[in-house]
Amino acid sequence: MSSGHSTYSPKTGIGRWMDSRMPLPRLVHDSFVSYPVPRNLNYAYTFGGILSIMLVAQILTGVVLAMHYANDTMLAVQSVEKIMRDVNSGWLLRYMHSNGASFFFIAVYIHIMRGLYYGSYKAPRELLWILGCIIYLLMMATGFMGYVLPWGQMSFWGATVITGFFTAIPLVGEWIQQLLLGGFAVDNPTLNRFFALHYLLPFMIAGVVVLHVWALHVTGQTNPTGIEVKSKTDTVAFTPYATIKDGFAMVVFLAAFAYFVFYIPNYLGHPDNYIMADSLKTPAHIVPEWYFLPFYAILRAITFNIGPIDSKLGGVLAMFGAIAVLFVVPWLDTSKVRSAVYRPWYKLFFWLFVANAIFLGWLGSKPAEGIFIPLMQISTLYYFAFFLVVMPVLGLIETPRRLPNSITEAVLEKNKGGSAHPAGATAAPETRG
Amino acid sequence: MSATDTSEPNRRDFLYVATGMAGVVGAAAVAWPFIDQMRPDASTLAASSVEVDVSSVTPGMSLTVKWRGKPVFIRNRTPEEIKAAQDVALGDLKDGNARNANLTADATATDLDRSAGKEKENWLVMVGVCTHLGCVPLGQQGDFGGWFCPCHGSHYDTAGRIRKGPAPENLHIPTFQFISDTTIRIG
Repeated sequence: MSSGHSTYSPKTGIGRWMDSRMPLPRLVHDSFVSYPVPRNLNYAYTFGGILSIMLVAQILTGVVLAMHYANDTMLAVQSVEKIMRDVNSGWLLRYMHSNGASFFFIAVYIHIMRGLYYGSYKAPRELLWILGCIIYLLMMATGFMGYVLPWGQMSFWGATVITGFFTAIPLVGEWIQQLLLGGFAVDNPTLNRFFALHYLLPFMIAGVVVLHVWALHVTGQTNPTGIEVKSKTDTVAFTPYATIKDGFAMVVFLAAFAYFVFYIPNYLGHPDNYIMADSLKTPAHIVPEWYFLPFYAILRAITFNIGPIDSKLGGVLAMFGAIAVLFVVPWLDTSKVRSAVYRPWYKLFFWLFVANAIFLGWLGSKPAEGIFIPLMQISTLYYFAFFLVVMPVLGLIETPRRLPNSITEAVLEKNKGGSAHPAGATAAPETRG
Repeated sequence: MSATDTSEPNRRDFLYVATGMAGVVGAAAVAWPFIDQMRPDASTLAASSVEVDVSSVTPGMSLTVKWRGKPVFIRNRTPEEIKAAQDVALGDLKDGNARNANLTADATATDLDRSAGKEKENWLVMVGVCTHLGCVPLGQQGDFGGWFCPCHGSHYDTAGRIRKGPAPENLHIPTFQFISDTTIRIG
């Protein structure tokens, strides 16, 4: 699409007939076959494809699980055990779905970090980035509600804590919480609506993914140099080059996924969730799913009142702020250079951010007491400082390294003596069918 | 937004405005039941009162009952616990409000106003839901010998008042009354 003209020419009579009525094959050909991609994409750029396949896998396994799941507080636990023990291949489908959620988040975190490292959010890709943030938010809502469905102790108390966030809102907080729960505490009405929404949201994600890919194909992909495509020698055709690279990355990713599904299916879960929900007994340590842990640490880091904002509202605001700040990243980063490859200081702060985010996740799994509280506070401070201080200030004071003139030049510099172009690439896509 | 150049509003102007108004009002009217259905339903609201026999609860013992899907702590406090709570200066409290549904909204968090009242200072009846994010605190634990919420580390004293940690308010006291010497009605 960014190439501005289509190279699709139907070869069969049916193809021509369809092309003049509803040119879907043309759209697919232009988007996934002849579509030009930068020739220097590395494996960090394969996670978009991996995420697509994970979304499809989650929807497929989820639809099948919904055929066996009983959406009632008295029946949910037994129905999940029935899936595990009685339903043919039920154990496999459920483990694929529960571990699939985790691997979905692993992929999305790598995808987001890729974007932050190579400056993918910068003009003209701000909308593309924001659509991605919306997908991430929808994923979190879906993951949270899915975790409630087995109706274990962590399901129940996780739901209690997370819906409790809304009571921090002054005046209308309690009303909103009751609206979400359908009662005064998490109970059957809550489970019913969470199931309905857990089924709905993935399709909304799919819808936003279409917009995300659309926006991507308007602006074209970024690449590790951060330099825009300038000539034909900077690109190769999506098929076969990107398809096979994405495909190979998917195979490796799915092999790791399969290891978890078949050998350590409960490693990322919590044993307390095999205990049926008990509204009178809170587990000793409520922890959310691992992919929420950094935000859980930020929530608990605010133990002090800030002016008129009490610690509870402050914690909730900090936690939502940690996600909200992602939306404005395109306007926080003042650097004219896109990629961290040419920004020595940004590179340092970026890797510190990654280490800090992992550290926050570890802190999120620890109780909110003793030394952990000041550590959470320091770590939270750096999380926000990275976006609100480092990004705006560094862009103004950092001296970037010399940028190559084009993607081709960067590639040639890297592989001295190598071929000027991948074999066969010049022939694609123009001379191919 | 006149559809023609005549200065008087004509039939098209009327249809334009009427259709727009019907669209806005209609959308709002249709949206409301979709929001309204999410609120607690009649059966949930109906189950809002329980009676509890506390004759077997001697000083130092607690009872937890379920009310509106939430735990309610009923504790017969020991004299030491009452003394400890009475000795706290109001200025030392994070939340100075009694949070007692049986009293006026501006009642202060004295031990008397937290308890079941004069002659019944030993009885403490509270919703056992941490005012932070809704976990159930554990009894007779924490730095103040009252309740401790394991989720995010809130400490409550022997009158259920927040003393340390992220919770903003004292444990809430529901509407209740002694309908006899040994029976409490909550709600």
